[in-house]
Amino acid sequence: MSLALIVLLPFLGALLPGLLIRSGRNACATATASVTVLALALLLVHTPAVLRGEVVQAGWDWLPGLGLNANFFLDGLGLLFAGLILGIGLLIIIYARFYLSEKDPMGLFYTYLLLFQGAMVGVVLSDNILLLLVFWELTSLSSFLLIGYWRHLPAGRQGARMALVVTGGGGLAMIAGMLLLGQMAGSYDLSVILERGEQIQASPLYLPTLLLILVGCFTKSAQFPFHFWLPHAMAAPTPVSAYLHSATMVKAGIFLLARLWPVLAGTDVWFYLVATTGLFTMVLAAGIALFKDDLKGLLAYSTVSHLGLVTFLFGLGSPMAAAAGVFHIINHATFKAALFMSAGIVDHETGTRHIPRLGGLMHLMPVTATLAMVAAASMAGIPPFNGFISKEMMLEQAAHTPWAGLPWLVPAAATLGAVFSVAYALRYAVHVFWGPPRADYPRRPHDPAAGFWLPPAVLVALVVIIGLFPEQTAGPLVRAAADAVTGGALPDLHLYLWHGLTPALGMSVVALLGGAALLWRYGDAWARWRAGPHPEAKTMYDAAMARLVAASQYIIHTLHNGALQRYLAVMLASAVVLGYAAFSGAAHLPGTRETLEIFPVAGVLWLLMAGGCWLAVAHHRQRLLAVVAVSVVGLMVSIGFLYLSAPDLALTQISVEVVTTVLMLLALYFLPKRTPEESSGARRVRDGVLAVLAGVGVGGLCWAVLTRDFSTISGYYLDQAVPGGGGANVVNVILVDFRGFDTFGEIIVLGIAALAIYALLEGALRGPAAAHLAAWKGDMPRAADRHPIMMVVATRVMLPLALLVGVYILLRGHNMPGGGFIAGLVVSIALIMQYMASGFQWAARRMAVDYDALIGLGVLVAGATGVAAMVGGYPFLTSAHDYVHLPWVGEVELASAMVFDVGVFLTVVGAVMLALAQVSRLGLVASHEPANEGPMDFDPSTPARTARRDPS
Amino acid sequence: MELLVASAVGIMTAAGVYLVLRARTFPVVLGLALMTYAVNVFLFAMGRLTVNLPPVLTADAAGYTDPLPQALVLTAIVISFGMTAVVVVMALRAYLESDTDHVDLAPSEPVEKADRP
Repeated sequence: MSLALIVLLPFLGALLPGLLIRSGRNACATATASVTVLALALLLVHTPAVLRGEVVQAGWDWLPGLGLNANFFLDGLGLLFAGLILGIGLLIIIYARFYLSEKDPMGLFYTYLLLFQGAMVGVVLSDNILLLLVFWELTSLSSFLLIGYWRHLPAGRQGARMALVVTGGGGLAMIAGMLLLGQMAGSYDLSVILERGEQIQASPLYLPTLLLILVGCFTKSAQFPFHFWLPHAMAAPTPVSAYLHSATMVKAGIFLLARLWPVLAGTDVWFYLVATTGLFTMVLAAGIALFKDDLKGLLAYSTVSHLGLVTFLFGLGSPMAAAAGVFHIINHATFKAALFMSAGIVDHETGTRHIPRLGGLMHLMPVTATLAMVAAASMAGIPPFNGFISKEMMLEQAAHTPWAGLPWLVPAAATLGAVFSVAYALRYAVHVFWGPPRADYPRRPHDPAAGFWLPPAVLVALVVIIGLFPEQTAGPLVRAAADAVTGGALPDLHLYLWHGLTPALGMSVVALLGGAALLWRYGDAWARWRAGPHPEAKTMYDAAMARLVAASQYIIHTLHNGALQRYLAVMLASAVVLGYAAFSGAAHLPGTRETLEIFPVAGVLWLLMAGGCWLAVAHHRQRLLAVVAVSVVGLMVSIGFLYLSAPDLALTQISVEVVTTVLMLLALYFLPKRTPEESSGARRVRDGVLAVLAGVGVGGLCWAVLTRDFSTISGYYLDQAVPGGGGANVVNVILVDFRGFDTFGEIIVLGIAALAIYALLEGALRGPAAAHLAAWKGDMPRAADRHPIMMVVATRVMLPLALLVGVYILLRGHNMPGGGFIAGLVVSIALIMQYMASGFQWAARRMAVDYDALIGLGVLVAGATGVAAMVGGYPFLTSAHDYVHLPWVGEVELASAMVFDVGVFLTVVGAVMLALAQVSRLGLVASHEPANEGPMDFDPSTPARTARRDPS
Repeated sequence: MELLVASAVGIMTAAGVYLVLRARTFPVVLGLALMTYAVNVFLFAMGRLTVNLPPVLTADAAGYTDPLPQALVLTAIVISFGMTAVVVVMALRAYLESDTDHVDLAPSEPVEKADRP
C-alpha cells in the first residue's frame, strides 16, 4: 500500500506548486519539498526490511486480461534508485528555489519536476513491465517539459524535442521488446520474468527482444550512437540538468539493464553488444568532454562517459562487475549532481559558463570552489573520494577481460578512458578555479546564499564519507542492490578504499599521470583536436529529421490528397475485401431453415423497390426525380414492414419518409437541381463494381442469416410485457420500459441533431453564406398561386383531426401499434403542412412554439419519469402501472411508461419542427419578398385583401 | 420470401454505395438514405421473417414474431432521420458557404450552372 503511495505522492503533489505559487516562492518550494520528504520517509520505513534481503510488494489487478496489473515491489535495486531519485530530488528542489529567477514561473517548474519524479519512482518500483512502460513513457514526456522549460529559448525547445524524439523512439522499441519478453516468460510480472532467465535465453526470440530492449536503454542512457541528445538537453535550467543527468532520467536505461540483468545478461551477444557499446561510449565521450568549453557541455559528455562506464560493467556479465556498476551509480549520482550544481552556481554568479572566460574563482568564491574541486577529484578517481573506489573496481574488472581473444584491448581502452576522465575533471577544477582572478567576468562573482550551496555541500559530504568509509556507509545498500541485480549470485562483497597493489592501481596511476600530462599540454592537445574531423551529430540529426519529415509529408499527401471520394472508395473496398476474407476463410453449408413462400404482392413490392433504386441511380443527375425515386423505395420498405408483422415499423418508416422527403425538397430549393457530369467512365465502372460487390456481400449475408435458425432472447419480453410493463404492444413496451434507457439516449441524440442543424443554419446567416443568400436568385419558376386555396383549406380542416390522430396514436401505443415516436412524426407532419400551405412566416407567427424548448421539455419529462422511479426506490426508469376505473370510459390501464412516451413525443416534435423550420427560415431570407398577410393568395371571403401586390 | 428480402437489401446497398461515391453532395445524401434503408431492413431481418404474427399480445394469436429487432430498428429509423437531416443541412451549408456542392468543395472542373428558367 505505502509502496504505491510513494509512487503516487509526487503525482498528487504536482497539483500543489501551481496552487501555492500564489503564496510566494518559499511556500511553493516548501510544499514541493515536503511532498518529496514524505515520499522519502515512506521509503525509509521499508529500508530496514529491504536491507535484510526482504522484498516488499503491493499491488492490485488493473487490467488482468491484458496482464497489466498495478503491482509494485521494492528490493535492493529499487531502494537504491528510489533513494537517489527522491534524495537528490529533494536537494534539487531546494537548489532550484535559489537558482530560478523572479521571471521564471516557479510553480510550473516544480509541477514538472514532481511529475518527472513520480514517473521515475514508478519506473524503479514497478513490478509489472507494462506498468513500467507506462512510467517509462511518462519520464520521456515529463523530461521533455523540463528540458524545454525555458520555452523562449530556441535551443531549449530544440533540445527538448531532440530528447523526446530519441528517447521516445527508443521507448517504442522498448515497448516491442517488453511485449516479446512478456510473451516468452508467460507473464508481465517482473518477479516472474526474473525467475525465467534460462527459458528466455533459450528462446529464438531472445535476440530480437534483447536488441529492442537495448535500443530503449541505450537511447535513454545516451549510449553511442544515441548519445547526441544529452549535450543538447543542457539548454535546460541547471537544476534540471543536475537532476536528469546525474541521478534519474539517463539512469533509467541503466536501471533497466540492471533490472533485467538476471534474464538477459551472461550471453556472448550481451557481452559484445553491451560491454563494447559501454566501453566505446566511455572512451569517446571522455575524449570529447575534455575539449568542451561549456561547463555544462563538459559535464554532459562526462555524464555520457560515466553512463558508458556503468553500461560496460553490466555488459561484462559477471556478478562482481555488476556490483561495481551498482556502486558507481551511487558515486556518479553524488559527485555529478554536485558538479552540475556548482556549475550552475558559477554560471549564476559570474554570468558565464564558458571555461576560457573563467579562472581564478577560488579566491572569489572559496566555498563553491572547494565543493566543486572535491567533486571533480572524485570524478577523476582520485583517492580518498568515492569515485576512486568504484573506478578501481571497474579497472580491476577490465584488467581481466579479453575481447575477441585480445587480452590487452579492454584494459587499454579502459585506461585511455580513465586518462581522459582525469584530464577533463582536472580541467574543470584548474581552468575554472585556479590561477589568478580575472578582471573581466561578466558579473562580479562571490559565494552565494547558503541555501544555494548547501545542496551540493550535502552531496560533497557524501562523496567524502563514502570514500573514507565505503563499507560502513554504502556497503549494505550496494550489497542489497547487487544481490537484487544478480539474483543472489553475488560472491562476498566488501568495499575498501585500499585494494592493495593490484593491476587496477597501476592503471589508476597511469591514468592520473597521463591525465595530468594531457592537461599540462592542453594547448597542443587542443590544436590536434581542432585539426581532427568533427562529425556534428546535430546537423546529421537535423538532416535526418528533415528527410523523415519530407518523406512522411510525401506519403501523407499522396495517401491523403483531400479527395473524399477516394477515401470512401478505399474504405468500402476494404470492407468488401475484409468481408470476403472472412467468408472465404471457412466452409459454408446452405441454410436449412424453411423459407416462406413468395406472395405475388411481395413480388410487386420488390419490383417497385428495385425500380426505385434503378431510377435513383440511373437518373441521379435529375435530383428531383432521384428524391422521388428514393422515397418510393422508402415507401416499399414501410409496406414491407407492414407485411412482415411489424406494424410499428411501418408506421414509423412512412412518417419518417414524409418528413425526410419534405426536408430534402426544402434543401433542394437552394441546391443545384441537376448534378453535372464529372466522373470519368473508368470512375463510374470502378464505383459500379464496388457497389455490386458490396450489394452482393450484404445481400448474401442477409440471405445466409435468413435461411438459418436462431434462438432469441425475446421470449422474456413477450412473457413480461403485460405483467412487467403493463402493455400489450411488446415493441413499445421494450422501447419505453425494458430498454427505456436506450430510448432516453436516443431522443437526446435526436434533440442534439436538431440543435446541430439549428446551429449550422444559424451560422449560414453570417459570413459568405449570408452573402450568397442575400444575392440569391431563384433558379426555378415559381408558382403564380403560391398559397393555393385548396391546400390551405384542406390542411386547416385536417389540422385538428391530425392532432387528434396523433394523440390517439400516442395513447394507444402501449397496447397497439403506435407510440411517442410515431405520434410525434404524425403531429409534425400536420404542422409542416400548415407551413407549406400558407408560408413559413404566416404559419410561424401563429405557432409561437419554442421548438428547442420543446426538445428540452421532452427530454426532461422522459428523464423525470425515470427519476420518479428512483424516488420510489426502484432503478432509473422502472415503470409502474395500474388499472384505473374512469366513469363512462371504464377500466383504463395507466403506466408511468406512458409519461415517458410523452417525453419521447415532445422531443420528436421539437426536433423535427426545429430542423424543418430552420431550413424554411433560410428560404425566407433568400426570397426577398414580403410575407403574405393572409393565409392564402386569394381569399374569396374578402376579395379586397390579397397578399400579393398587384404588379400593375 | 427470404430471397426477395435479401436481394432487396443487396440492391438497396448497391444503389446506396454507388450514389455515396458520387462527386456532389446531394447524390451522397440520397445514397446514405438508401443505405439506411438497407441497414434497417437488414437489422429487422435478424429476427427472421414472419407473416401475420405482429408482436402485439392478443388472446387468440397463433404466435408472435421477434419484437426485439423491431424495437431496435424503430429507434434506428428515427435516428437515421436525424442523421440524414444533419447531412442534408451540412450539404446545404457547405454549398452556401463555398458556392459549390462538390464533396471536396473544390471541383476539378468549373461548376456547371444549374438550368435556369
